Amino acid sequence: MAQGVFVITEQRDGAFRKVSFEAVSEGRRVADGLGADLTTVVVGSGIEGIAGELKKYGPDKILVADDTALADYTTDAYTNVLADLIQSTDPAVIILGATVQGKDLSARLAARLDAGLAMDCTAIKLGDGNLTFTRPMFGGKIFADVEIESSLQIVAIRPNVMDITEASKDCTVESPAVQVGDVKTTVAGKSMDTGDKIELTEADIIVSGGRGSGGEFGTIEELAAALGGAVGASRSAVDEGWRPHSDQVGQTGKVVSPMLYVACGISGAIQHLAGMSTSKYIVAINKDPEAPIFSKADFGIVGDLFEVVPALSEEVKKIKS
Amino acid sequence: MEIVVLVKQVPDTESLIEIAGDGVSIKTQDIKWVMNPYDELAVEEALQIREAQGGAVTVISMGPQKALETIRTALAMGADKGVHINDPAAEGSDALATAKILSAALKETPFDLIIAGHRAVDEDNYQVASAVAEYLGIPQVSMVVKAELLDGKIRCHRTIEGGTVVVEAGLPALFTTQRGLNEPRYASLPGIMKAKKKPVDVKTIADLGIDPSTVGQANRKVKIKGMKLPPDRQAVRMIDGESSQEKAAELIKVLHEEIKII
Repeated sequence: MAQGVFVITEQRDGAFRKVSFEAVSEGRRVADGLGADLTTVVVGSGIEGIAGELKKYGPDKILVADDTALADYTTDAYTNVLADLIQSTDPAVIILGATVQGKDLSARLAARLDAGLAMDCTAIKLGDGNLTFTRPMFGGKIFADVEIESSLQIVAIRPNVMDITEASKDCTVESPAVQVGDVKTTVAGKSMDTGDKIELTEADIIVSGGRGSGGEFGTIEELAAALGGAVGASRSAVDEGWRPHSDQVGQTGKVVSPMLYVACGISGAIQHLAGMSTSKYIVAINKDPEAPIFSKADFGIVGDLFEVVPALSEEVKKIKS
Repeated sequence: MEIVVLVKQVPDTESLIEIAGDGVSIKTQDIKWVMNPYDELAVEEALQIREAQGGAVTVISMGPQKALETIRTALAMGADKGVHINDPAAEGSDALATAKILSAALKETPFDLIIAGHRAVDEDNYQVASAVAEYLGIPQVSMVVKAELLDGKIRCHRTIEGGTVVVEAGLPALFTTQRGLNEPRYASLPGIMKAKKKPVDVKTIADLGIDPSTVGQANRKVKIKGMKLPPDRQAVRMIDGESSQEKAAELIKVLHEEIKII
């Protein structure tokens, strides 16, 4: 009988993605609720040294799957190795982060293991021995509660939503032999954004611009920098070529959940609102008092963003100095 | 080069989505149905590859009678033929069951390359294309913004958080699209006229050798128990002031002292 919770963590260049700690913390909570053990796995090359960082979130066991063939993520190598580890551990629930890698991996694993998968969940509810997962659909216009009716359940959790909680447990670390198996893909190159650009899906604060910016993102970038946040954009700003596709927030872009979302010159098209509605606090700045964005915001300022946004930057700098 | 594109008909992203009376599905009557936006990128990419390399583009879609419109749209853009899996027994299938049906259809269709959207903007599962690749035993590359065909393989630039990775996979392979890959063309009027005469094979799941007791609404592994609208926020608090400076100062004061997030 399958039991236990199995958390797949994600690291890049020897540093854990933050969602890994969210997943282990949530894994501990679910394991306690089910009266089961929590196993976590770290996958990569030369990553034995970082495995111990997971201990403070309370796993019972940490597996280290270390192989030079796992240095870069490929769907086939990671799926092969994890499917083996999952089959030998025989868990009832697998939790991982719904990152770009996590979405790709969880989908392939679900098919390999014939397991139901709840993608991009924002909450896991513990019932009487069963779990209910809340997940946005239609880009966040609807939240569905789903249950998985297979003996193995996979849940990919939306980054930046669940809490990181420390827990103290006796924990063992094991390095099982891994079989990378048949691999048909190779990583031929990588190009990372230069500088310390903050990834939108992991940002605590996002300042976004829309059509109202007229393509002038200088003041928006300045406010984002003052707040230590990332810059986002509406679809129309991206369609105009003012910002790259990777900055787009919305139903056909990134779905984000920062603590603070500042929408500057964004009217609030339904497909944009879908991408940021799970933000903790939303601030809207728009010169049109009737803009739909105000109906979804916590705080609003009616005004010219070219006056308001620089003034906000000044005020933030005053506080931080 | 035989290219297959997987397409799905979904509600337009500008549609207001409302929950139906049963509490577990959406009201469909007032919705404008369109081709999934990521699938438009897939059709466009397939057409560009065919234009450069020769070959044929087949679109496969599973859905009710209405889904034929989406197949016709792809044909009007320039695809050569369509396969429409139309069977009430398949309705409401979850991602894995859908992938099983699509991969059964792919076993009857020659392909070197499969292109699909990285997700459909209805259930947002991000899952069907990966599962199809798994069932067919072929490599996958997801969220691709640039694809180049080399000798017997495909080189894909895929977006990851904070950058791009170049992945090569031997053909046959599957990749999924991400915005930035191309600008999908509109169907021309002659294209729309020609599309009416292009062949569309209609299949039931029995034609594909699928056991109906493994697919459809009743056999979902992932069961929808309830739907709700996003939680309402409290009414917006407008920050007033004599000048932009005053408003800005007041807002930052609230965020710093009251909400304590900066």
